[in-house]
Amino acid sequence: MDAEIGAGAATHGREFELECRLLIDAVYHLYHYDFRGYAPASLRRRLKSAMIHFNCGTISKLQDRIMHEPTAFPVLLDYLTVQVSEMFRDPGYFQALRAKVVPLLRTYPSLKLWVAGCSAGEEAYSLAILLHEEGLLSRALIYATDINPHSLQRAGAGVYDVGRIAGFTANHQKSGATSSLSDYYTAAYGRAVFDKVLRDHIVFSDHSLATDSVFAEVQLVSCRNVLIYFNRELQDRALGLFGDSLCHQGFLGIGAKESLRFSAHSAAFLDVAKDERIFQKRSAL
Amino acid sequence: MGASAGGIQALSALLPALPASLRAPVFIVLHIPRDRPSLLSDIFSRKCAVPVREAEDKEPVVPGTVYFAPANYHLLLDQGPQLALSADDPVYHSRPSIDVLFESAADVYADRLLGVILTGANEDGASGLASVHDHGGITVVENPETSFSPQMALAALKMRPADLVLPLQQIGLLLGTLGAQRTENS
Repeated sequence: MDAEIGAGAATHGREFELECRLLIDAVYHLYHYDFRGYAPASLRRRLKSAMIHFNCGTISKLQDRIMHEPTAFPVLLDYLTVQVSEMFRDPGYFQALRAKVVPLLRTYPSLKLWVAGCSAGEEAYSLAILLHEEGLLSRALIYATDINPHSLQRAGAGVYDVGRIAGFTANHQKSGATSSLSDYYTAAYGRAVFDKVLRDHIVFSDHSLATDSVFAEVQLVSCRNVLIYFNRELQDRALGLFGDSLCHQGFLGIGAKESLRFSAHSAAFLDVAKDERIFQKRSAL
Repeated sequence: MGASAGGIQALSALLPALPASLRAPVFIVLHIPRDRPSLLSDIFSRKCAVPVREAEDKEPVVPGTVYFAPANYHLLLDQGPQLALSADDPVYHSRPSIDVLFESAADVYADRLLGVILTGANEDGASGLASVHDHGGITVVENPETSFSPQMALAALKMRPADLVLPLQQIGLLLGTLGAQRTENS
């Protein structure tokens, strides 16, 4: 990536590390977005991409623009939070939800679910479709939260490039689907617009796992491929929030390569589907 | 090490040559299908004298261990040193990507790093190997004239001259000496 930034770009060494820390501190103090607990390797890579976009040879030059140009920060925020997910990513996860979680969800008269770190909404719509297929959508509300207002806006629109639909459909079919994905969107002009019926059961809102607190009691938290971007302390904070949000015997789903093993909260959860990373909150003693 | 098309065969020639006394950790990105779990660590565990594992997020690096990037995640190195995974965009349609591994490893290991580009049919790895070079590490490229698929080696050589351009067999001999040397990382 050095080569893409251009010769002379300062993207490594102690100065670079320090500049990254200073920029992250400036973002926190000025804009109140807290990336201080993010895992450094991915954060550095994202900052290098931002340096290319802003055509800045050093992070210090980037910091100058972030601090003094009001339009620059939202663009940097997209680089720091950008996350391309898919609908029904890891279909086995959704199969396991149907087999192990849905039977318990059926026992509740009303359902609340939380998709934490929803990005452009793929996971939230996937869950809404799954609930619809299982006959539970009408009594369900999905909270889908993210820190990036631009992502939330895109998620709220429920519009995806039609080129991505084939992949979404293949995933959906492998997820134990009882309907066709095409029942849920209308395609026109290269875009697929997802049905308002789904959208009506999703509340998209701003929430930070780094700085905000619990806002609702839910039966399922789905937070996949978000914790890998956090350091151990921030992971623990997020898992603590999930534990506090979950009702008695509520469920937690995390990413295929994420683990509770190293967490201070690992004892608070039982394995429900080990390979699919679905856990259940233990009863309080 | 990074490889794509023909990579399993190339690694089958290289990894069993790693000595049990290996002190350097080895990190490998091999381009594999994204939609199913990787079996690479199982396959190579049986053939190797050293432990072979699939990389886990936030796992401390153990010297003398071979780590494969899992399917559909980038593998990065972080200070510690520890392993990190990411689900960021694919690079050259690849996740895991060799560039992502090499660039982050160069940040952590700098001039104590040996970067190896093997057979492959795309350009992933070229700018990663350039990072290894620019941080003072040693760069090795499999000889494109004798490799299964030469594009990856050619792309790497186009971006920076490599310290060593070797046929597969000699890369194996080089790795076989790692146990005796003080080189810490590959």
